[in-house]
Amino acid sequence: MPAKGYVEILVDTCKGCGLCVANCPTQCLALKQDDTNVYGYHYSYMSEPEKCIACMNCAVMCPDSVITVYKKKS
Amino acid sequence: MREGYEVIYQKPKTLTDNKMHYCPGCIHGTMHKIFMELIEEMDLQEKTVGVCPVGCSVFAYDYMDVDMQEAAHGRAAAVATAIKRMLPDRIVFSYQGDGDLAAIGTAETLHACNRGENFLFIFINNGIYGMTGGQMAPTTLEGQKTTTSPFGRDKKNSGSPLKMTEMVTPLDGVAFTARVSGNTPANVRKAKRVFKKALEIQQQNIGTQFVEVVSNCPSGWKCTPVESMEWIVEKAIPYYPLGIFKEPGK
Repeated sequence: MPAKGYVEILVDTCKGCGLCVANCPTQCLALKQDDTNVYGYHYSYMSEPEKCIACMNCAVMCPDSVITVYKKKS
Repeated sequence: MREGYEVIYQKPKTLTDNKMHYCPGCIHGTMHKIFMELIEEMDLQEKTVGVCPVGCSVFAYDYMDVDMQEAAHGRAAAVATAIKRMLPDRIVFSYQGDGDLAAIGTAETLHACNRGENFLFIFINNGIYGMTGGQMAPTTLEGQKTTTSPFGRDKKNSGSPLKMTEMVTPLDGVAFTARVSGNTPANVRKAKRVFKKALEIQQQNIGTQFVEVVSNCPSGWKCTPVESMEWIVEKAIPYYPLGIFKEPGK
């Protein structure tokens, strides 16, 4: 079954604070431990995209507004 | 965008594309975002004037795409008073930290509230001087370690942490006071509703609006952003209770 939603993260503006990861109810986000962005932060990415429920918690918590949330049209 | 999906949340257009200079996980960014979302939703971008403080949020005018004015340290309330009196049809807010509003600017703040100046105070209270390297602020909690209180804040030496919202609530000129936080998604959404209420009260012209935000400082508190959010729940919120303290008609 395709995911209910997905998020797009602006990799080079993400500061890797991890608030989106900590507040994701389905743990579909993670910090990229083996890569960094131009500023040297471990940026956030969708590690398990099929779990996303488009609840927007990650985007609401993101202090740098790097997350855009998309929801499947019903 | 993928086929069959629609955007349900994105960065508000009232925030500029500049990269914020705040430390990772700082609630300043979250508050900028929700306040600017509100300005966008209420269609107030052309009517809003903000006043920046001195402190971490000194460059807030680089991020908020509304008219902004920088004030001398602590004097944002005085500048906002002038702007609102000269341009009474504008929405005016001052965005201040605890070093600015509760330390050097206490007099301006209290007297602006006492006069009932019709603008919104956004008071970001993280209990520490973030920009200068984590010194003790008037709002530092008892026992909290900072670079100028390495054994923890001592009540005998430094007194108790200042509760600004409780201080201004009894003043006649104040129409609306509330304390919110940005530590969980639910609290961020609540904060946005409180800001909305405050702006509606400003449009009715019945008195000062004062909203305190219990914020964090991962760099100054020497912890990760996620730990700082837990610290807010464990230590800060018990001392700085959240809620609406005063609103018209209640």
